[in-house]
Amino acid sequence: MNSLWPRIEPLLAQVTKPARYIGGELGAVRPVHGSGRVAWLLVYPDTYEIGLPNQGLQILYEILNERPDAVAERAYAPWTDMEAAMRGAGVPLFSLEGCHDAGDFDVLAFNLSAELTYTNVLNLVDLAGVPVRAAERDDAHPLVVAGGHCAFNPEPLADFVDAFVLGDGEEAVGEITEVLAAGRAAGGSRRERLYALAALPGVYVPSCYEPRYRDGRLVGVTPLSEGVPDRVEKRTIADLGQWPHPRRQLVPLVEVVHDRLNVEVFRGCTRGCRFCQAGMITRPVRERPAEQVDAMVRDGLARTGYDEVSLTSLSSADFSGIESSVASVINDPECSGQVSVSLPSLRVDAFTVGLAAEIQKVRRTGLTFAPEGGTWRMRQVINKLIREEDLYAAVDAAFSQGWRRVKLYFLIGLPTEADEDVLGIAELAKTCVTIGRRHHKGVTVTASVGGFVPKPHTPFQWFGQNPPAELRRKVGLLRDAVRGVRGLTLRWHDPAATTAEGIVSRGDRRVGAVVEHVWRAGGTFQEWSEHFDLALWQAGLDAAGLDLEETVFRHRHEDEVLPWDHVSAGLHRDFLWGDVQEALAEHGVEDCRWTPCYDCGACTGLGVEHMVASSIPPAGGSQGTGQDLTVGGTVPVRFLETVGGAAPAGGPA
Amino acid sequence: MKLRIRFSKRGKVRWTSHRDVARMWERALRRARLPVAYTAGFSPRPQLSFGLALPTGCESDAEYLDVALTAPVEAAGLAGALDPLLPEGVEVMAADTVAPGVPSLQEAVTSCSWTIEVPGTAAGDLAAAAGRVLGAEALPVERQRKGRDVVDDLRPSVLALSCAPGSTTTGTDPAGAVLHAELGTRPRGVRPSELARVMGLTFGTARRTCQWIERDGSRWEPLEADRVAVAPVTERVS
Repeated sequence: MNSLWPRIEPLLAQVTKPARYIGGELGAVRPVHGSGRVAWLLVYPDTYEIGLPNQGLQILYEILNERPDAVAERAYAPWTDMEAAMRGAGVPLFSLEGCHDAGDFDVLAFNLSAELTYTNVLNLVDLAGVPVRAAERDDAHPLVVAGGHCAFNPEPLADFVDAFVLGDGEEAVGEITEVLAAGRAAGGSRRERLYALAALPGVYVPSCYEPRYRDGRLVGVTPLSEGVPDRVEKRTIADLGQWPHPRRQLVPLVEVVHDRLNVEVFRGCTRGCRFCQAGMITRPVRERPAEQVDAMVRDGLARTGYDEVSLTSLSSADFSGIESSVASVINDPECSGQVSVSLPSLRVDAFTVGLAAEIQKVRRTGLTFAPEGGTWRMRQVINKLIREEDLYAAVDAAFSQGWRRVKLYFLIGLPTEADEDVLGIAELAKTCVTIGRRHHKGVTVTASVGGFVPKPHTPFQWFGQNPPAELRRKVGLLRDAVRGVRGLTLRWHDPAATTAEGIVSRGDRRVGAVVEHVWRAGGTFQEWSEHFDLALWQAGLDAAGLDLEETVFRHRHEDEVLPWDHVSAGLHRDFLWGDVQEALAEHGVEDCRWTPCYDCGACTGLGVEHMVASSIPPAGGSQGTGQDLTVGGTVPVRFLETVGGAAPAGGPA
Repeated sequence: MKLRIRFSKRGKVRWTSHRDVARMWERALRRARLPVAYTAGFSPRPQLSFGLALPTGCESDAEYLDVALTAPVEAAGLAGALDPLLPEGVEVMAADTVAPGVPSLQEAVTSCSWTIEVPGTAAGDLAAAAGRVLGAEALPVERQRKGRDVVDDLRPSVLALSCAPGSTTTGTDPAGAVLHAELGTRPRGVRPSELARVMGLTFGTARRTCQWIERDGSRWEPLEADRVAVAPVTERVS
C-alpha cells in the first residue's frame, strides 16, 4: 500500500485542528501489511477527539496487531472542512498510521456508539470509495463490519453493513480474521465469505436474512437459507482478567475527550435501571481482578505520563476492590499527590462522596450524580432506587467536603411520567442548592435534563417516546419552576435530536432509507448541534413512506415482532416483559449480584456467571442494596393522545 | 532552580498547536520523573514556561522551554533521557540550567530568524518582493484581537530579508527559492503567513531557526553558554 501523505499534507494548512489527521500517538503501531495478513481499518464515525479515547476500538486494535495473521490501522471522521478538502483533491478516507487508502483494506470495521453517527458511517464508506449499499459491492471491495452497543438493533444499517458483531469483540475479531484469511486462500466469492461469517457465533449478516412486513408493520426477519441461525446470540468473554487490554493505551498529540488513563474495572451492570441499554446488553458483571487493576494503573501512568486515571465501568463505586485500588494510587509515592483518580458514573450516596473526597485531593471541581427521576415513584418505575435522603446526604457530603459545583442528570419523557414527576426534578435541585448554601454562598447546582429514548433489549423497549412538543412542554414546566433560583442552572437536550435518535433506535430495516436520505442531503455529524437538522430526518421519513407516530411515538404490543428480535443479548423476553409489569406496579428490584437470580437469561443462556470478588454489597447507601421497597398503588399509566387505539394490552401493561 | 531546554519540531508534528506541545512536554517530564515544581492551589500544574508560540504548521530548530525544579538535576544527559519520551519530530537539542531570576522567554526574546520555502518563485522575483517590503513605509495587516478587528503595521517588525535560489529545506521544488527573514517580536510578532500576504507570495514550509535576546546592543541565543556577542542585526537585503 502506498502512503497518501504527499497528497494529504497540502490540505492541512487549510483546515481546523490539522493534528487530528497526523496520528503519531504514543502506542500507535505501524503494522507491516502483506504475507496473507488480513488488513483491518478500525473506524470511529465521529471526530478524532471523540473517537480516539474509545476503549473498545483500542482493545481490538491491540488484539488484531498482536495476531500474526492480521494488521489493524485506524481512521476517524474528518471534520467537514477536511472532508471538503479531501473530496476536492480526490483524496479518499485514509488510515492515520500509514496514510493508506481505506479502500485497500480487507475490512472497514465501524464502532457504533450512538445512533446519530449513522449518517457518518455512510459518508465514510463513500469517502473510502466503496458503494454505500452492501448489495452493490463486489469481490474487490472491503467488507464493511460494525459492532458496539448500537449493533443490538442492526436493522437501520442492515442495507449498508455486511456483517455485525454482537457483544464483546475480543474473540470474534480473531475468528473473523481466520474466516477471511481462509476465504482468500480458497479464492472464494464475497457471497461465500459472508455465509461463512454468518455461521460464526455472534455474527449477524443481514443479507442472509429477509424482513417480512404485513399491513405496514414488520412481522419477522428470517434466514434466507440453511446454516444461518434464526437468532444470533451475542458474544461474551467470561473472564475480563484474560484480556488486560489496552496494554498500551494511545496517548494522542492533541487534546481529546477523556484525555487520561482509562482502566476498565468491570464490564456489565445488574443495577437494573429499566431505561439503560448498556446495563442490559452487557450482563453479566465481570470484574477485573483488583491486582490486575492496580498493575494496569501503575504501568499505565508510568508509560503515558498522564496525571489522571479513570477507573471505568457502568458504576465504578460498585467494584469490589474500589477502596483498595483507589488507595494504592493515592498512596503510591511515584504519584506524589499529583495524580487524580476519576470515577465515572458515581452512585448517589455519601459513601461514594467519601470515596471521591479520598481520591480527588487534587483538582476538586465538580461532582455529578444521576438520580434520573424527579420523584421516588418515578425512580421506582425506572428502578433507579435512590431515595431523597440518599441524594441529599450525598450532596451535603460533597459541599461540606469542598466541592462547589454539583451536576444532576435527569430524564424526562419516561414511562408513566406525570407533571408532578417532572416538577420533582425542580424540587430536588432546589433543595440541593439550599443544602449547598449551608456550606458556601457560591455553590452552583446544574440540573441536566435529557429526553428519554426507548432502547432495544431493555424493559422499556415497548414504550412510546414523548413527541418533541411534549418534551418542550415539560422543559417549560421546569424552566418556570426554577426561574429566579440563584445558583441553579437548568440545561436540556434538544428534543428534536431526541426525536431523531428515536427514529433510529427502534427502527426496522426500512429506516435505512431514512439514514441514507439524510446523508445524501448533506446531513453528517448529526450528533453536533450545529449540524443537526430534524427537517432532513422528517423528509427522509416522508420519502420512505414512514411517519414519526408509527416509528417513534407509539407503544409497542406485547406480541408485536420487534426489529431486533432475531438478535439476542441473552435476555429472556418474558424477563423483560415481567420487568415492565414491575415498573408499572412501581416496584423496584434489587441487584442480582447480591440477591437471588431473576433469570434474566444473561448468565444461564450464555454459560457464564457474574464474576465479582465479593458477595457482600458495597458499603453505604441504600440503592439496590436491600432496602424494603414500598409497593406502588394503582398504576397511573398515561397514554399519549397521539397513540392510536392499538395500544398494547394495558400499554404496555 | 530552572532548566532551559532547546528543542526542535519537525515533520508531521509541525501540525500540532503550541498548546499540544505544552501537553506533550508535561507528560514527557512526568515520565522522566524530573523533580518539576508544581503550582500551589486548587488545581496544581507543572511550572513550565514556553517561549513565543510557534504558529501551527511551522517547523522549528529553536523552541525553548523553561522548567522550574524543586531539586537540582544534571543537565548533561538530559537530551538522551528525554528524547525517547517525546513524539517523533520533537528532539532535545540542548539543555542547561539558568538562574531562577532570569526574565521569562516571553519577555526576553526580541526577534526570531526564519528560513522559509517559497516554491514556484524564482530567486530574483523573491528578492524583488523583499525589496518592495523593505522599502515600504508601512505594511498594514488586519488582525483580530480580543474579538475586534484591528489594523497593525508589520513594517517595524520586518528587520531583514535575504533570498537564496534553489533547493528548499525539504527539497521539493528546484525552481523555487528560500527566504531568510529576521522578524521582530515587539510589540507583536509576525507570522510567516502574514509576511507571505504582504509580499504577495505563497510560502511553503517555514522553519524558525533561532530566537534572539537583545542585551546591551548585542543579541544572544537564549541558551548561549559563553554569551558570545553577535553583531546587532541591521536592515539588509541581498
